[in-house]
Amino acid sequence: MFDQADALLLARIQFAFTVSFHFIFPAFSIGLASYLAVLEGLWLKTGKGVYLDLFKYWLKIFAVTFAMGVVSGIVMSYQFGTNWAEFSDKAGPVIGPLLAYEVLTAFFLEAGFLGVMLFGLERVGKKLHFLATLMVAGGTAVSAFWILSVNSWMQTPAGYEMGANGQFLPGDSWWAIVFTASFPYRLVHTVIAAYLTTAFVVGGVGAWHLLKDRANQHARTMFSMAMWMAALVAPVQIFAGDLHGLNTLKHQPAKVMAMEGHYESHPDGAPFIVAGIPNSKEQRVDYAIEIPKASSLILKHDLNAPLAGLDTIPPENHPPVGPVFWAFRVMVGLGFAMLGLGLWSLVARLRKRLYDWPLLHKAAIVMAPSGFLAVIAGWMVTEVGRQPFTVYGLLRTAQSASPLDAPAVGASLLAFVLVYFAVFGTGTWYILRLMRGAPKVHEPGVRRTEKGPIRTAGITPGPARAVGGPIIEQPAKEDGE
Amino acid sequence: MSVDLTAIWAFIIAFAVFAYVVMDGFDLGIGILFPSFKVGEERDQAMNSIAPVWDGNETWLVLGGGGLLAAFPLAYAIILPATYPLIIAMLLGLVFRGVAFEFRWRDPGHRPFWDMAFSGGSLVAALSQGMILGAILQGIEVDGRAYAGSWWDWLTPYTLLTGLGTVAGYALLGTTWLVWKTEGSTQAHAYRLALRATLATLLLLGAVSLYTPLLDARYWERWFAMPNVLFAAQVPLLTAIIAGFLLWGLKKKWQAAPFLLSLGLFLLGMAGLGVSMWPFVVPDVVTIWDAAAPPRSQVFMLIGVGLTLPLILAYTGWAYWVFRGKVGSEGYH
Repeated sequence: MFDQADALLLARIQFAFTVSFHFIFPAFSIGLASYLAVLEGLWLKTGKGVYLDLFKYWLKIFAVTFAMGVVSGIVMSYQFGTNWAEFSDKAGPVIGPLLAYEVLTAFFLEAGFLGVMLFGLERVGKKLHFLATLMVAGGTAVSAFWILSVNSWMQTPAGYEMGANGQFLPGDSWWAIVFTASFPYRLVHTVIAAYLTTAFVVGGVGAWHLLKDRANQHARTMFSMAMWMAALVAPVQIFAGDLHGLNTLKHQPAKVMAMEGHYESHPDGAPFIVAGIPNSKEQRVDYAIEIPKASSLILKHDLNAPLAGLDTIPPENHPPVGPVFWAFRVMVGLGFAMLGLGLWSLVARLRKRLYDWPLLHKAAIVMAPSGFLAVIAGWMVTEVGRQPFTVYGLLRTAQSASPLDAPAVGASLLAFVLVYFAVFGTGTWYILRLMRGAPKVHEPGVRRTEKGPIRTAGITPGPARAVGGPIIEQPAKEDGE
Repeated sequence: MSVDLTAIWAFIIAFAVFAYVVMDGFDLGIGILFPSFKVGEERDQAMNSIAPVWDGNETWLVLGGGGLLAAFPLAYAIILPATYPLIIAMLLGLVFRGVAFEFRWRDPGHRPFWDMAFSGGSLVAALSQGMILGAILQGIEVDGRAYAGSWWDWLTPYTLLTGLGTVAGYALLGTTWLVWKTEGSTQAHAYRLALRATLATLLLLGAVSLYTPLLDARYWERWFAMPNVLFAAQVPLLTAIIAGFLLWGLKKKWQAAPFLLSLGLFLLGMAGLGVSMWPFVVPDVVTIWDAAAPPRSQVFMLIGVGLTLPLILAYTGWAYWVFRGKVGSEGYH
């Protein structure tokens, strides 16, 4: 009933599923940790309570997000062994140390300081607490560095030697392994993506509360901060993405051919296919809407530059075209939509209508999840686009999987799907509920007691202070601490 | 004299595994016994005693797994497929356990469910970890560089025994931790549970210790042949002494010592494991030298470990220090 091909496909689906689900959380928590560090820093610098309130508001959301990122991340660190044992044996000597560095320099840092960040403000004082926040934020960024280094090595392998037992062994320089050709581009593009993802979530939440009460100072502050990010960083991201694409053209041309839908070579200028239905059977794009020579202009900065197509690549090395083609268009489309919202916010600022333009706020709410979609689409482009290889050009996906029976992989896949949708679906719902409540003056901290009725934010009497004004006394005791 | 990097790495991985077992062990142990604590203050105290540190504790599991991949990729590639359903069960158990720390505070209506998830997840994770250990000890079928058995080979009476032993041992760590960190009715309950957990742990540890040499003549030789026996015999001897102190301490209501003595029991268990396995990583098939990554990988990582591990231990210690003392019902005081 099952054969190895089924087991391989199921293992691929399982990896795609678990990694896609997982990446949603770090894409948010990398940016959110930095945002929290900025908020706490601004609070320490200016003494304005609004920053502390926002810090505590987003800290509760961060706690839930981070927990989901941790548990789904541990799954990933074992996926390599459970489902991709051949790959682990062969590539372990090269990528294993990078993953070990990720644990040593990032995971411990985040986890070690998280407890203090969540619960320790009153125990360690402001400065040490800020240090803890910085360490957590730094840990998330360092983690991105190492895991993207691993991924980049798999995309553009370098610095290795082949061992007699079929293993990839490190050559004389680890520098060459850590900093492969695609790594700088991937790192910049991914980390900016995480910041943008967070900015649009924060912006969406701010917009939601502005629609309900446009005088809400907390909502104004977060909406303004988020829209600055959108306006300033979205163009940078489009530029970084373009450079990343050119780098891919150089090192993984087949991926770009799939992104462009170029089955055929174009010796005198290739068109950009705006939309169409890739038909890999016939090796053409059906119903294509094309802009003549635009692809050559984008990729080669020359209208008539020749561009090779998939017809120059042996068929057994073709990536699946459809998913790559579509995911690329989703990602780019969202990128420009983000840019559009950022520019709109600049116009609103100039016209002094940033907090007073319901249509802008509604657009920001619609765009709130755009970062997640763009990030997942981007990973689909790069991961499906490098098929059929795990180590590009060297180790085929089919030769990477564990010697497992299809029912074992299928059963575990089913378990992951059920558990992930139930658990992370519930977690997402909790986060949305936290976001639904507006940040308050004297926003309570992470609550840790179940005695009595649930305390809603703002009930705890605290010292009086004006919104956004300096704190007159110590802030209200962290609820339940 | 040349330094044997592979042996150093075996010790580093063993250290990571030990750190994980004892640190997440008490988290999981508290989870396993969670339903026996009264809803309200007792559960709050139990949960709050580990909430600030569980995440750091669990990171040692990632270091154990990631380190195994990095330092002994062949072992990683054989053991994980061989124990596939157990690993998946452990991971899913840890998913439920981990999110429950946050989710139980989000909605009072859902709290009973997340408390069950916390407990059930902890139990499944602990049982799976113990069974993984048993599955490695009882031997793994290998062909060339890959696992060659079926996906149910791990399920035997022996692995069930090691699984239960681990559950009992984690319960011991969890209860003695609570004895240290809590007060009032929570602590009184923890004392009662700790006594039972001690007896269960000793019983199951004894059963596993007697069963293991019967599994394979080689284990018999390792434990009972001269001159090994001179060293090996110290392990059960010390275990008996520590167990005596532990029972005495629980009777005398010592505060911190029961937990530290439980750590001692686990350390001896680790030593016993060393007697049984060294220098194999998959018994009788793959030694640490067969499985080792090349020296360049080992050196590169050793630099990282040398630079970061002291720092990690320092700030982990600091985080524990910040949350020292009795936990109280409303978080730390």
